[in-house]
Amino acid sequence: MTTVPPPTRAGRSRRGQVLLAYALLFPAALVVFGVVLWPAGRALVISLYDVDSPFAGTYPFVGLGHYGDILTNPRFWTAAQHTLYFTFASTTAEVLLGLGLAHLLAAPMRWRWLFRGIVILPWALPTIVNGAMWRWILNAQYGALNALLTQLHLMDDYRSWLGSDPFLALNMVVVADVWKNTSLVAFFLLAGLQTIPGELTEAARIDGAGPIRTFLRITLPLLRPTLAAVLVLRVIEAFKVFDIVYVMTGGGPASGTQTITFLTYLQAFSAQRFGYGAALAYLTVVAVLLLALIYLRLLRQQEMKAI
Amino acid sequence: MPAQQLPRRSLLRWSAAGLGATALGALPLTAGCDVGGKADSGGEGTGEGKITALFMQQAGYSEADIRAMTTDFTAKYPKITVEPTFVAYEALHDKIVAAAPAGTYDVVLIDVIWPAEFGSKKIVTDVTSQFPAAWKTDMLGGALKTAEYQGKYYGVPWILDSKYLFYNTEMLGKASVDASTLSSWDGVLAAAQKIKDAKLVKHPLIWSWKQAEALICDYTQLLGAFGGKFLSDDYKSVAFDTGGGLQALQWMKKTIDDGLTNPNSLESLEEDVRKVFSEGSAAMALNWTYMFNAANDPAQSKVAGKVEVMPTPTGTGGSPGVNGSMALCVSSGSKNQKAAWTYISYLTSSEVQNKYAKSSLPCWGKSYDDPAVVSVAPKMVAAAKKELGSLISRPEVPRYNEISQILQAEIQQALLGKKAPEKALADAAGQAKSLLS
Repeated sequence: MTTVPPPTRAGRSRRGQVLLAYALLFPAALVVFGVVLWPAGRALVISLYDVDSPFAGTYPFVGLGHYGDILTNPRFWTAAQHTLYFTFASTTAEVLLGLGLAHLLAAPMRWRWLFRGIVILPWALPTIVNGAMWRWILNAQYGALNALLTQLHLMDDYRSWLGSDPFLALNMVVVADVWKNTSLVAFFLLAGLQTIPGELTEAARIDGAGPIRTFLRITLPLLRPTLAAVLVLRVIEAFKVFDIVYVMTGGGPASGTQTITFLTYLQAFSAQRFGYGAALAYLTVVAVLLLALIYLRLLRQQEMKAI
Repeated sequence: MPAQQLPRRSLLRWSAAGLGATALGALPLTAGCDVGGKADSGGEGTGEGKITALFMQQAGYSEADIRAMTTDFTAKYPKITVEPTFVAYEALHDKIVAAAPAGTYDVVLIDVIWPAEFGSKKIVTDVTSQFPAAWKTDMLGGALKTAEYQGKYYGVPWILDSKYLFYNTEMLGKASVDASTLSSWDGVLAAAQKIKDAKLVKHPLIWSWKQAEALICDYTQLLGAFGGKFLSDDYKSVAFDTGGGLQALQWMKKTIDDGLTNPNSLESLEEDVRKVFSEGSAAMALNWTYMFNAANDPAQSKVAGKVEVMPTPTGTGGSPGVNGSMALCVSSGSKNQKAAWTYISYLTSSEVQNKYAKSSLPCWGKSYDDPAVVSVAPKMVAAAKKELGSLISRPEVPRYNEISQILQAEIQQALLGKKAPEKALADAAGQAKSLLS
């Protein structure tokens, strides 16, 4: 102490602040470690063992055996195809519809607050409720969609939407997902639209650009960062789709709506192959992590642009 | 380097480091160490206090029945309190598995297809030593097998059920079909054709052929009717892909192609079958016992009073009903196993079962001669007496669930016309083979 010069007042309070910051961060770190990192680490370990019961016990070490099994299993690749199709179809539809909806919501009109409120409603519904609702709408025997289409004479007779054709059923799950999540995309894009200064579009109009050219040359380029961010966010969410499939189709017909996460659930809990299930989950994690990195990169680009 | 990049970078780095450290920490030093986490082990308990029980909310006893039984139980045993939980059948298995390590439920209801799995994995307790010898003679054979695996009892039979043929007497009368002709599947098809020709209903037959266990129940009953077998007698190889198993699937497909089976069957569970039949949109259907009461109830059925029941029709190989029984078990994680056993003994007693015979028929032989039980539903009891004598079981193997899932998907492939029945069953057999060893 004697050789070291006494800390200045400013230095001491600074160190105090740092300590306080760590103390305040500690509970959050504990939670993150406890509910995210610890289970994630355990799952990684379990994926290397042939764990076939929910209890503690001795299980044989299989290394990367489960990963090898998965990648050579045709059931996995079929589920992967369904997942990719679902992700592509639902995000494309959501972004296109969301873009249109965002423009409508941005338009100056009376009762705008009311419309904005109504549009957010589907997103506020829990996915399970949304799935159950669409299952009833699409019911082959007494569903509202069948009633509507036959009463409009667009269809002669009631038909099955979720049981007759695996690809049709998958598309119906996409419809239910789009109905719910378009509003989220629309609100992201609405926020993006509002950052575009009105003078720019005004100037374009004065220079003789029509609405389409204004959209393509002014709105779209300026909206691109928001668009990219929401796209990646939705792709991540769609890639992890599980609950809406569980409620609407249970993976059927003929496994036509089985996604990777649904297969993971079946293997882990119905078949009690926890090691195999954990390995499947880790493959999803890797895919989502890559998408998340793209998302973070896009966010950073946006921040840099803002500066 | 811009300033705001730092927190993000370091956050990622710290997360990766944390994950790595956790994985290392969780990694056992020698291969084959404890990797399942620490489980609470169960115990006898004092025989008093609170217990929790997991039931299903489907077929068999209704939630109202079970709550009423429980109220009577707590009146008789005031020192035990019971908290029942109800889930859909489709969620029952996975909930039992997920809750097992924590010992959340003291009493669980299990299906006849799970004792091999739950017994060998010790999710439920072996109650052989508590099982009174008299029960083994007093319970019906089909019921007794429900919770038995390799000579041990893992629970007490509670719901004794099989699938019966229900028919709409009004439609049969209008198409001048004699109900006695429905005793064979050929007769059922002929009757369905007549009813369709008379334009009484577009699709006379409705089934629970959704990609779920319900599909396998219907398939098993038909497989039995055509004299087929699920597995070879030593349970070492698959047998459903030839003979009766194949004929059953071909028959199912043909009823769809001929327009006799409602195509919506492929998205229907038992409850959907009940609704379609109760709406008057089907003339005949296979279903569990509970449909007799429900379809004859004017509050939930448009065809009340016009519904009759008979034992499952005969095919070329007999007329076994699928064993769809369920049993109550003490979970191995329960800390109050004594009280759980008291509760199970009460619910499964013949007095309680006789009282609720309207919802589910008793497991006890002598109940079927009890006038009070018979008078509840004389036709139902008569049909049950005949059918319960010969039941066909789904394979009693630990990995049954996986085999069932494979079979469900492949049978649907055939029913949707995406694969020929031979090919679908051969593919299922190929995948299921490795699960039997």
